[in-house]
Amino acid sequence: MSTETTTLTKQDALFEYLVRLADDRLILGHRLSEWCGHGPILEEDIALANISLDYIGHAASLYEYAVEVEDKGRHRDNLVYFRNDVEYKNLKITELPKGDFGFTIARQFLFAGFSYFLYKQLSDVEDEQFAGMAQKHLKEVKYHLRHSREWVLRLGDGTDESHERIQNSFNDIWTYVGELFHQDEIEELLQGEKLAADSENFKSDWKELVVDTLEEATLEVPDFDQFMVEGSRDGLHTEHLGHLLAEMQHLRRSYPDADWE
Amino acid sequence: MPKTPVKYNKDEIWNLLSEVKDPEIPVLSILELGIAREVTIENDKVVVQITPTYSGCPAMNAIENEIEKVLRVNGIQDFEVNKDFSETWTTDWMTDKAKQKLKEYGIAPPGKTDTDDDFLNSLKSSSKIIPCPYCDSTNTELQSEFGSTACKAQYYCHDCDEPFEHFKCI
Repeated sequence: MSTETTTLTKQDALFEYLVRLADDRLILGHRLSEWCGHGPILEEDIALANISLDYIGHAASLYEYAVEVEDKGRHRDNLVYFRNDVEYKNLKITELPKGDFGFTIARQFLFAGFSYFLYKQLSDVEDEQFAGMAQKHLKEVKYHLRHSREWVLRLGDGTDESHERIQNSFNDIWTYVGELFHQDEIEELLQGEKLAADSENFKSDWKELVVDTLEEATLEVPDFDQFMVEGSRDGLHTEHLGHLLAEMQHLRRSYPDADWE
Repeated sequence: MPKTPVKYNKDEIWNLLSEVKDPEIPVLSILELGIAREVTIENDKVVVQITPTYSGCPAMNAIENEIEKVLRVNGIQDFEVNKDFSETWTTDWMTDKAKQKLKEYGIAPPGKTDTDDDFLNSLKSSSKIIPCPYCDSTNTELQSEFGSTACKAQYYCHDCDEPFEHFKCI
């Protein structure tokens, strides 16, 4: 898509940034939707489906704004259904299989905590529509954070089985959390224009939230300095994304003109 | 069958919009919920500005369709329904009358929203007490932050033994 010889414009960077944010939320929302009908209890089934809808809603508004910024007359669905895995820029943490309830909760907590601080910063970007979206998403993310945090406490400080499972989940997912704070020339250009967050500014706040919560849940905090995977923003993914996309895209690709109406 | 376009003034458009109800809470109109934000008429073109409630609310599309339908059946052909994100929807926009209607419908209405400053600390405190919409008891318990729709949480009343929904403050 991009050629290395052309210089990056503000418009290109903002489009790419919005698509990255949207991809994270679409893929995580899709993963969460897999719980619909499979939640451990009815209330949780409903809660996870609701949160999934929120994420897909966030993605929809971000994609919609992205195609407006791009200004090529593209429909947002085009980005969703007609890009292949290497063109998706979501972080790998969002595409991992849903695992057991503990794994889902661990991921939701880490991601919701990150999103909380991210959206707080994005609420002040110098772009009325983008800032307005961030303020709206922030309100919803607070509920996601409250929900997942309470489950981390309950599972961590619960039975031996729940403790072991959520501890294993945090251990397994840890290698994927480093990427949450990855930044490159896209962010740098936009930060200069007051159009992007700078995750360096809230990294310590996020860590504090995570450490506090895990300790309260009687869980061990894995090592932040361990090996962390990279490359998602360049389109490098785990094998899981292709399978997810195959399921998500197959109807639209098989019947491109299909319509609900 | 093409009808002759009918001309309306702003107040009349607002009146038409008050017929549009939230499909999931049919006692409230989109005016009472604060979803319809602005009506402008330029060269006979009617532009309705709406703001979404929850990002993933499936009712939003239904509401948009309903607005279009109401305008069309009243003979308005030149119109546009736009979504505006620059203002963030909040339950504080709901009128007292609307909150009373919610309560009568069996949904505990939202209170005043909190300021953002203390959110991380508020995570550690227990949830707010929500009075039961049926018996007004405060002996109630939060069952889940998420209910049948994105905007509601599930509670249980220990006095009248009824589960009920609470329209979340957001």
